[in-house]
Amino acid sequence: MVAKVVTIVSGKGGVGKTTTAANIAVALASRGLKVTCVDGDIGLRNLDVVLGLENRIVYDLVDVTEGRCRLRQAMIRDKRLPELYLIPAAQTRDKTAVSPSDMVRLCDELRQEVDWIIIDSPAGIERGFKNAIAAADRVLVMTNPEVSAVRDADRVIGLLDAEEKGPAALIINRLDPAMVKRGDMLSVADVIDLLAIELIGIIPEDENVIVATNKGQPLALDGKSKAGLAFQNIARRLMGEQVPFMDLDSQNLFQRLLGRK
Amino acid sequence: MAFLFGRRKSANSAKERLQLVLIHDRTDLSPVELESLKDDLIQTISRHIDIDPMAVTIRVAQDGRSQRLVADIPLRSVGRRRGHETGRAAG
Ligand SMILES: Nc1ncnc2c1ncn2[C@@H]1O[C@H](COP(=O)(O)OP(=O)(O)OP(=O)(O)O)[C@@H](O)[C@H]1O
Ligand SMILES: [Mg+2]
Repeated sequence: MVAKVVTIVSGKGGVGKTTTAANIAVALASRGLKVTCVDGDIGLRNLDVVLGLENRIVYDLVDVTEGRCRLRQAMIRDKRLPELYLIPAAQTRDKTAVSPSDMVRLCDELRQEVDWIIIDSPAGIERGFKNAIAAADRVLVMTNPEVSAVRDADRVIGLLDAEEKGPAALIINRLDPAMVKRGDMLSVADVIDLLAIELIGIIPEDENVIVATNKGQPLALDGKSKAGLAFQNIARRLMGEQVPFMDLDSQNLFQRLLGRK
Repeated sequence: MAFLFGRRKSANSAKERLQLVLIHDRTDLSPVELESLKDDLIQTISRHIDIDPMAVTIRVAQDGRSQRLVADIPLRSVGRRRGHETGRAAG
């Protein structure tokens, strides 16, 4: 096995990186692939709670890089999917505890053991960002259809090009088709026009995301919700499948016919 | 009233504002710096050839993720030697 390393970045905070990392990992693992997620957000660990694995942490990323445990010991196994693992971020230590070369070394070791490595990065463009992209084969840039998130995504895309980590692919999260329709939200076409990179996913605004996070049960575990389906589609595109983008508009029309909106 | 004349859509404002902001972010060139570059360009070119300073335009054109500085510098007619002529410089 030689894993592919996929890192999710954004520039602006809170656009949905951790949610998406968890769900892409779950979606890949539910297709029978062996997946390890790495929480690169040192000091602000969150991938564990989104995945519902917070009670099982013994060792973390810094324990591995500083040699206090073996890699295997820090890989928490998900009970729902046999081949899904998490390496949690350290919670209290300083952010310089991990370096880009530590991440490259860690991923080189992991690569032999799994099919996919999904890395969640912190917001911003500092050390944590550099760590998270150091070993990446593919970088996914996440944005929301609003001004500051798109602007920050553009900065990050430029940095990725400069670091020769491009071309990145874009995920647009929290799209509200009704707002787009009435002209109060940037459309998918607008965002692609502005950022001029390849699109790999569109995730609608969906309250099921919050419900799922409350329970620690990522949506992609069952793809019945729109967002859950969107996460599964991203996973399939990563695997090389051609998956058409969901027609969010017509679903919205359907909702309105039902009088829900 | 507003709906009769069509309310200006906020998404359009967002897109237009972003277009300008991204050019600045990507090139490190502010609108003010672009104006001063234009003045320098006019001065330099005027030393060699007769141009109409008022007609000069300069802008950053987008091609995917790359930018090009495009200047349009109409030349003044040189009387009877040649007719009216327009020169374009892109770089
Ligand atoms: N498609 C969506 N619909 C509704 N809520 C969402 C959606 N995506 C994310 N959220 C919510 O937005 C919040 C931020 O998401 P998340 O923590 O994944 O962002 P992040 O980019 O990892 O943030 P940070 O930069 O702080 O690490 C969470 O409360 C999450 O549940
Ligand atoms: Mg996060």
